[in-house]
Amino acid sequence: MHIEKIINPLLSLVLAPLLFGIINRTKALFAGRTGQPLLQSYYDLWKLFRKGAVYSKTTSWVFRLGPIVGLSVVIAATALVPSGGLPAIIAFDGDVILFAYLFGLMRFFTVLTALDTGSSFEGMGASREVMFSALTEPAFLVGLAAISKQTHSLSLTGMLAVADTALWSHIGPVQLLVAFSVFIVFLAENSRMPVDDPNTHLELTMIHEVMVLDNSGADLGFITYAAAIKMWLLSTVLVGILVPHNGNAWIDISTAVAAVFILAVLVGVVESSMARLKLLHVPQILLIANALSILALILVLR
Amino acid sequence: MSFMTNLVDTVIILFILTNFMLLGSSSLRRCIRVIALQGILLGILAILMENGTPTIHLILLSAAIICLKGIIFPFLLIRTLRDLNVQHEVEPFVGYGTSLVLSPLVLVVCIWLGSQLSLPMGVTSSLVAPVAFFTITCGLFLIVSRKKALTQVLGYLVLENGIYVFGASIATIQPVLVELGILLDAFVAVFVMGIAIYHINREFEHTDVDRLNRLKG
Repeated sequence: MHIEKIINPLLSLVLAPLLFGIINRTKALFAGRTGQPLLQSYYDLWKLFRKGAVYSKTTSWVFRLGPIVGLSVVIAATALVPSGGLPAIIAFDGDVILFAYLFGLMRFFTVLTALDTGSSFEGMGASREVMFSALTEPAFLVGLAAISKQTHSLSLTGMLAVADTALWSHIGPVQLLVAFSVFIVFLAENSRMPVDDPNTHLELTMIHEVMVLDNSGADLGFITYAAAIKMWLLSTVLVGILVPHNGNAWIDISTAVAAVFILAVLVGVVESSMARLKLLHVPQILLIANALSILALILVLR
Repeated sequence: MSFMTNLVDTVIILFILTNFMLLGSSSLRRCIRVIALQGILLGILAILMENGTPTIHLILLSAAIICLKGIIFPFLLIRTLRDLNVQHEVEPFVGYGTSLVLSPLVLVVCIWLGSQLSLPMGVTSSLVAPVAFFTITCGLFLIVSRKKALTQVLGYLVLENGIYVFGASIATIQPVLVELGILLDAFVAVFVMGIAIYHINREFEHTDVDRLNRLKG
């Protein structure tokens, strides 16, 4: 095992909470505010980890299990994602599907946790989350299938680590289509603006936030940290689809990390310039993502 | 794969995307803008189709396409839209989500159809014929599945664009007079339909096509 393979997982574990800081700063800039410190999410996490948790009497062991499973699953997922030309720690044929369904497992436990509280409000959030993820999953998998067909590889390492300039001149349009589709999936999966508003605490508009209302203390810390890592990983996949690399490890890694940060700024821009969509319109934008993915697959297969 | 083919492919993929947008959008104004974009893409496509340097008549033709389909048609349509009391296509026969899901499937059929045809000329991109079929199908679909009269005009325009894409793939051997004749026909059609819709709207205070059936008595 090569020691440099450990760099990517370490980077994602350390830098992930910074993404929230960057997004918040971008939004603050747009609104003409100073905004919170870049490292605010680290302070928040530190604060949460030191606190004790409060458990409602209606909850069972599932409620305590959920956040831990969520965090461990995303940490496992960090081992599957290559970045900046470096292969992932674990790579085998079909790890794309494992990657997608590790997040599926995380979502499953978040939903169970929400249902376990016995609150109808959280159940509503859970139902929304499941409904939207049913639409994002095919978009993500079909899009990656297109890339997989084009790169003749079934493993994330083979699909993402090879985006070089030669590939670009070959399948530029396909890559762009998939990237756009994955970007929509990325916004939906991380409950960002056009799909979900991460700031709101309004009953009728929340999706993700509502499911974790009853979690507190270290559990909430786990959930927030897992969300940050999930965001980092999905941005790494998106960057891996788009950004070519030239073979020099240090340049490639710094480009990849910079691209992830630029993506975070982009998310901030999207959030500042767009309103949240009506819940009824959210499936439509996810269907658009699906249509784009399918189009990319058709173009590759023809 | 040459750079030129890649460029043609990119324009054609944008064309496919405009079709998706037309099928998935309820705002008539946005539909008209998308059709303007389609017209401009069509003009660009006409130039790109020619291998090597474009001839003077091709440049003129593409300028005419961009002028008419990219600027004048949308202008006429937006003016008609302003006189009508509709801004949105509500309650279409087939919903937007369903249309969006169906359209990639239709595209697959079109690509299969295109692969069965053997075109006489060396076509720049293998996507041209399938996308022509796809655009024609989208136009027909818009005409049968939407209720407002204006959307039907839009469907007619999309249909015409589809035929044009097909024509563009063999534009080098097609006389410019024929192309200009088609453009003129489309222009007159849009003009007349705009006026007709205006009068229908003034007479009946709506432009729902399914309700116009009653006029047959």
